[in-house]
Amino acid sequence: MLRLVASNPSPGAVIRLEGVRLRRGGRDVLDGLDLAIPQQGITAIMGPNGAGKSLSLRVMAGLVRPDDGGVFHGLTDPQDIALVFQKPVLLRRTVRANLRHALAIYGVPRRERRKRLGELLDFGRLAAMADSPARALSGGEQQRVAMVRALAARPRLLLLDEPTASLDPQATDAIESLILDAAAFGTTVVLVTHDRGQATRLADHIRFLHKGTLTEAASADQFLLAPKSPEAQAYFAGKLLL
Amino acid sequence: MTGFGDAFAAAFGLIARMDADLVEIVGLSLRVTLSATLCACLLGFPLGAILAVGRFPGRGVLTVLVNALMGLPPVVVGLVVYLMLSRAGPFGALGLLYTPTAMIVAQTILVTPIIAALARQTVADLDAEYHETLRSMGAGAGARMRTLLWDGRFALMTAALAGMGRALAEVGAVMIVGGNIDHVTRVMTTAIALETSRGELTLALGLGIVLMVLSLALNALVMGARLSGARMSHA
Ligand SMILES: Nc1ncnc2c1ncn2[C@@H]1O[C@H](COP(=O)(O)OP(=O)(O)OP(=O)(O)O)[C@@H](O)[C@H]1O
Ligand SMILES: [Mg+2]
Repeated sequence: MLRLVASNPSPGAVIRLEGVRLRRGGRDVLDGLDLAIPQQGITAIMGPNGAGKSLSLRVMAGLVRPDDGGVFHGLTDPQDIALVFQKPVLLRRTVRANLRHALAIYGVPRRERRKRLGELLDFGRLAAMADSPARALSGGEQQRVAMVRALAARPRLLLLDEPTASLDPQATDAIESLILDAAAFGTTVVLVTHDRGQATRLADHIRFLHKGTLTEAASADQFLLAPKSPEAQAYFAGKLLL
Repeated sequence: MTGFGDAFAAAFGLIARMDADLVEIVGLSLRVTLSATLCACLLGFPLGAILAVGRFPGRGVLTVLVNALMGLPPVVVGLVVYLMLSRAGPFGALGLLYTPTAMIVAQTILVTPIIAALARQTVADLDAEYHETLRSMGAGAGARMRTLLWDGRFALMTAALAGMGRALAEVGAVMIVGGNIDHVTRVMTTAIALETSRGELTLALGLGIVLMVLSLALNALVMGARLSGARMSHA
């Protein structure tokens, strides 16, 4: 039975997946996934390559309909949920025009766009490259543009898919402070990461996925000190459980 | 051989002193072709975008049809428009036959499939890349189409220039619906055909040179559009 319900997900959670099943290439890549994201704080989703982390973000964002199971949340406005992809796609325009386009899509009134645009460029520290073609920027700068573009929606739930993979320490720092700022403004952040240090620095909660199911849900303090599930223990020991 | 050289010299002379007939013919050519290209863009860009991103029954058939119409022979287009506009035809009452308007209509029909087919390809390729991003931003169908058309602007410009090149060089359609009437519907290609058949090589050559230069200029513009497009696309 497939249920896609806009309703209160359950106390304390902003969104909840229940028994979500997704078939791809003849197998269940999400295999009865139960996943609740707490309203408060930053949740890191961890797990080995192919565990279904990116797909679960797509399901939360409503981009992919599960073959079975339910998605529960009370986020009725399309702009309540924003997603920054593992490989962000920027438009073939300048940085400024990318952000202006996003503000137009998000329905920001024309007379306000100028002011908001200035704020966004400052917030992402993008003012110096505002008039460069967005796709000519470095990987880290492009990630920052994608992040600011997502935040321009003023989402209540921000989904980030490995936002600092392949970035140098300084660019990682810049992205991480954007994430902390967004969380401080009250946005619920879900962050997919392979980086234990990053999870330590940012996350309040951890959800560990393995082969399309949730094997552990814990507070970051507890999980990062001593994961309980054998899958997570093997992952951190560098062993792949297949 | 001197005859040939003299003809060339005379032709350059016509161009150099901006001969009135030559200027008039070139002016009409450009007016007709630019108008037709503009109409074809206004029709072809949205049509291509709808074919690329729309989901409706008959889309496949329409796509095949547009692609097939790309290769329409100009004389056939001329003939069909002639039948439509002739006194006995459905639009005969408008009295458009043998006017520049009729020529614009014919060239629009000739060029629209080219522009629509190229626009469809451009927009479809971009949509494959942008689809999830735009959907995750909550963009509706209209906003998505506008975004894709704008981001494909350099490729679309190339499509428009290709269409314009075809219209500018085409003889059959404008000959049939325009009639090559002096000072009314005489354009570069029809004038060249007529003057050459009459053995009047000076004007024919002069117009031929102008036509060549215009074609080269169009090609240079295409190259420019490609380069600007590459700069914006990056990786
Ligand atoms: N269209 C598809 N066809 C076949 N298999 C697919 C398809 N889409 C996803 N998969 C598979 O689903 C599984 C989960 O994919 P997903 O992208 O969610 O992994 P992930 O946890 O994000 O991994 P990574 O850490 O490498 O980013 C993978 O094994 C992938 O091969
Ligand atoms: Mg992934």
